[in-house]
Amino acid sequence: MALPNALRRVRGGAVHFGIVAMFTVFAAFPFYWMLITTFKRTSDLMNRGNNPFVYNEPPTLEHLKVLFFETMYGRWLWNTALVGAVVVAITLLLAIPAGYALARLTGRWGEQLGIGIFLTYLIPPTLLFIPMSRVIADLGLQDSIWSLVLVYPSFTIPFCTWLMMGFFKAIPRDLEEAAMIDGHSRFGAFVKIVIPISMAGILTVVIFTLTLVMQEFVYALTFISAVSQMTVSVGVPTFLVHGDVYFWGSLMAGSFIASVPIAILYNFFVDRFIAGFTVGAIK
Amino acid sequence: MATVETRDIRKHFGDVRAVDGVDLSTQEGELLVLLGPSGCGKTTLLRMIAGLEKPTGGQILIGGQVVNELPPRDRKIAMVFQSYALYPHMTVFNNIAFPLKAQGVPKEAIPQKVEWAASLFGIERLVHRKPRELSGGERQRVALARALVREPAVFLFDEPLSNLDAKLRASARDELKQFQRRIGTTSIYVTHDQVEAMGLGDRIAVMQLGKVRQIGTAQDVYDEPADTFVGAFLGSPPMNLVERDDHILGFRPEQFFPREAFGHADRVVTLPFRVTRVEYLGADRLLYGILGSPFPEAKVVAKLPWTITAPVEPGERYSFAVHEKELKFFDKATGLRTGPRPI
Amino acid sequence: MGTLEREAVVVTGARRGRFSFLVDREEWLGPLMIGPAVLYIVLVVGFPFFLALFYSVSSVTAGSRTLEFVGLKNFIGVVGTTKFQTSLKNTFIFAFVSQAVVIVLATVLALALLKDFKGKWVVRFLILLPWVAPISLGTIGWLWILDSIYSVINWTLEALGLISPETWPMWLGIPHLAMGSVITVHVWRLLPLATVILLGGLSSIPADIHDAAAVDGASFWRHLFQITMPLVRPIMLVALLFGLVFAFTDMIVIFVLTRGGPYDTTQVLASLAFFTGIQGGDLAEGAAIALFLFPLLLAAAIVFLRIARRAEVT
Repeated sequence: MALPNALRRVRGGAVHFGIVAMFTVFAAFPFYWMLITTFKRTSDLMNRGNNPFVYNEPPTLEHLKVLFFETMYGRWLWNTALVGAVVVAITLLLAIPAGYALARLTGRWGEQLGIGIFLTYLIPPTLLFIPMSRVIADLGLQDSIWSLVLVYPSFTIPFCTWLMMGFFKAIPRDLEEAAMIDGHSRFGAFVKIVIPISMAGILTVVIFTLTLVMQEFVYALTFISAVSQMTVSVGVPTFLVHGDVYFWGSLMAGSFIASVPIAILYNFFVDRFIAGFTVGAIK
Repeated sequence: MATVETRDIRKHFGDVRAVDGVDLSTQEGELLVLLGPSGCGKTTLLRMIAGLEKPTGGQILIGGQVVNELPPRDRKIAMVFQSYALYPHMTVFNNIAFPLKAQGVPKEAIPQKVEWAASLFGIERLVHRKPRELSGGERQRVALARALVREPAVFLFDEPLSNLDAKLRASARDELKQFQRRIGTTSIYVTHDQVEAMGLGDRIAVMQLGKVRQIGTAQDVYDEPADTFVGAFLGSPPMNLVERDDHILGFRPEQFFPREAFGHADRVVTLPFRVTRVEYLGADRLLYGILGSPFPEAKVVAKLPWTITAPVEPGERYSFAVHEKELKFFDKATGLRTGPRPI
Repeated sequence: MGTLEREAVVVTGARRGRFSFLVDREEWLGPLMIGPAVLYIVLVVGFPFFLALFYSVSSVTAGSRTLEFVGLKNFIGVVGTTKFQTSLKNTFIFAFVSQAVVIVLATVLALALLKDFKGKWVVRFLILLPWVAPISLGTIGWLWILDSIYSVINWTLEALGLISPETWPMWLGIPHLAMGSVITVHVWRLLPLATVILLGGLSSIPADIHDAAAVDGASFWRHLFQITMPLVRPIMLVALLFGLVFAFTDMIVIFVLTRGGPYDTTQVLASLAFFTGIQGGDLAEGAAIALFLFPLLLAAAIVFLRIARRAEVT
């Protein structure tokens, strides 16, 4: 018990290191595993005697070749990027003014409306995808990425409106009022002053929307069965699995490539994003 | 040039009457100070004049024209905010040019005007900096230059000095006064600082609970307070107020001296004063104590200048006195000033 | 001078069009700016939601165009099946067990990450990966890790001498192991969010409070349970709430990992609704199953509102 202080500090440091290391391995191991598998020969993978942690046979680019040249992976990436870009545009166009209105213009009823909008974020695709599939079919959008462009803003707008509201509330009112006195209308002040100041917030919304689009699975699975129209998150797990034949190398390559770059981007904005989640929960 | 007038202007937030029927009228080119404690409605009144707040009732006139329905940008006003509200993403040059661009001033005329405004405040060499690279005093000058550049008919100031440290504030106050004198534009200035108000204002409107209690020169409001609120709000320490029968007796601490300090011919009222505590402040001594009979037991303060050297000890009784003409009388029920009563 | 000014006012007034009141009057501008977003949400969330309610009391199928009102028949029919009962039970087990684990682990991890250390940026990035990466793709990684023949976990356990080749567990093939696997992947996926939310809460506690507790001589555990935890409780509730909502409504992990198997032992309401409504084509029954999630979400929403309101009052 009565350990000397220095020893106790070393022990505390070791415990701390152990905890952090354990969690880091737990979180990151699947991605590490994807990376390793990506370059392994199938014969290496499919040998139970081999140590799976090392390359028993020389690494290969075979799986990447299959992924890019023999599947529509490139097309899925393109589809995802296209849907992402259009959804980002729609989201910004609707969520930025809405967030501003909630932050500044609508007062008491706006507060209620803001919470209402946020709560729609809690309504999951799982509750809506069945009637949605019918609506999409009636609109003739089945098997088209435009069905996703139509539906995805339904969950990006609520959260992004909420996020933008938080950013706008943090801007001193004086700035807009000064702009109004200096010769602009309320809307002019919003365009000339508020939007340029909020660029960091807007960028956060862009990144957030992109990750949501990349992650979405249920709607994409429901609306789209044409391979050429799939997004990455659906194409990889459905198309690269033929019955019980798994192209593990290509599967892991496809998963890794689509996961990590966006995660790096996202990491820069995570603090703002968390602030949006917890608005008002702590003072 | 223009004057500003408010007619029975009111602003209610729910049950709260932030501004409760104010009639004000500035004179051409004067600097009118709105002075009062926080929450007295002075800022709300200023914001209504600016058009940032919609009045619940009443009229606002600028240059003789009713402007209630005009947005801020059409009121030919400029405003300097407490925070200065400099646009953080723009250089000083673009900050100053902003109102010009917004009003559609021809592009080629802008640099010259910006230069002119910047030179008035000695900030020409700062024009390429961003606001965050400026000191508090420099920011204030940029804010003033931005307000001035469009040559408004009226200036509005919302506590523009309160973000400066005490040392800087005195010199900034002086500069502000000189600047206003030179351009001679009608100005309305909001502050809660009485020293600022008395030093700057051609006239001062003292406000409380959404109403103007008194309006007049610094001397008017200090020497002849219209009611107990104005008397107690101005001066440091505030006016001594002693309740007596149906009225209230008021006298300033700095006019409350030992009887010996007055000449024999002076018409004074003598008050027995038991000192309980003495604070030595260098230039003055503050004496806290209680009045004795025949006056009601009331806590009062005396402020003796360093020129009065008579020894004063806590716990002792002294004969203090006030000049008869410095005694003010107020009605106990309404707090309003009344004529002299017999002592 | 006076007339000049008057003219200037007239000129600036004329510059603007007939609709200038829209950009100047807040009572017009507010609704105008928020209107499109609200309209979009009503059309794309509100409308399908009511359609879901409507479907659940009808006999609609993917092929048919006729809608017949059948009352609560779908609900009653669904509730009776063992498939549904298992799914309902599993939904609760998955959500509550994974969230219980997540909250405990997230607290430990957040406390560990509160301290500054070298390489924290990288650690935080790696810990966030499971949350940011598309969940379907992350789960694919797990599918490979838990593979029946080539599982790296089994290989390691065998190399350590804990199991023999004959007893390699089929992680996804045996009901209890499959449930454990699904829960593990849920925990893996939701831990990052809970951790960063808690971390935000922990770091927003003023240092004064910690200093005061230290001066008062509080031990580590007393400090943790009597000072730190009560202060982050509201934010912990937020983390829990989001985690529960995600876990309740998620079908991706199940879809990729087990497809509800073996023998529907890992089926949840969300996946059952998908298999019934979309793959089975019975829209009405699928909608009815999905609607059983609604009361759960409503409860979550009410809790959230209470937190929001309390934060407003204090």
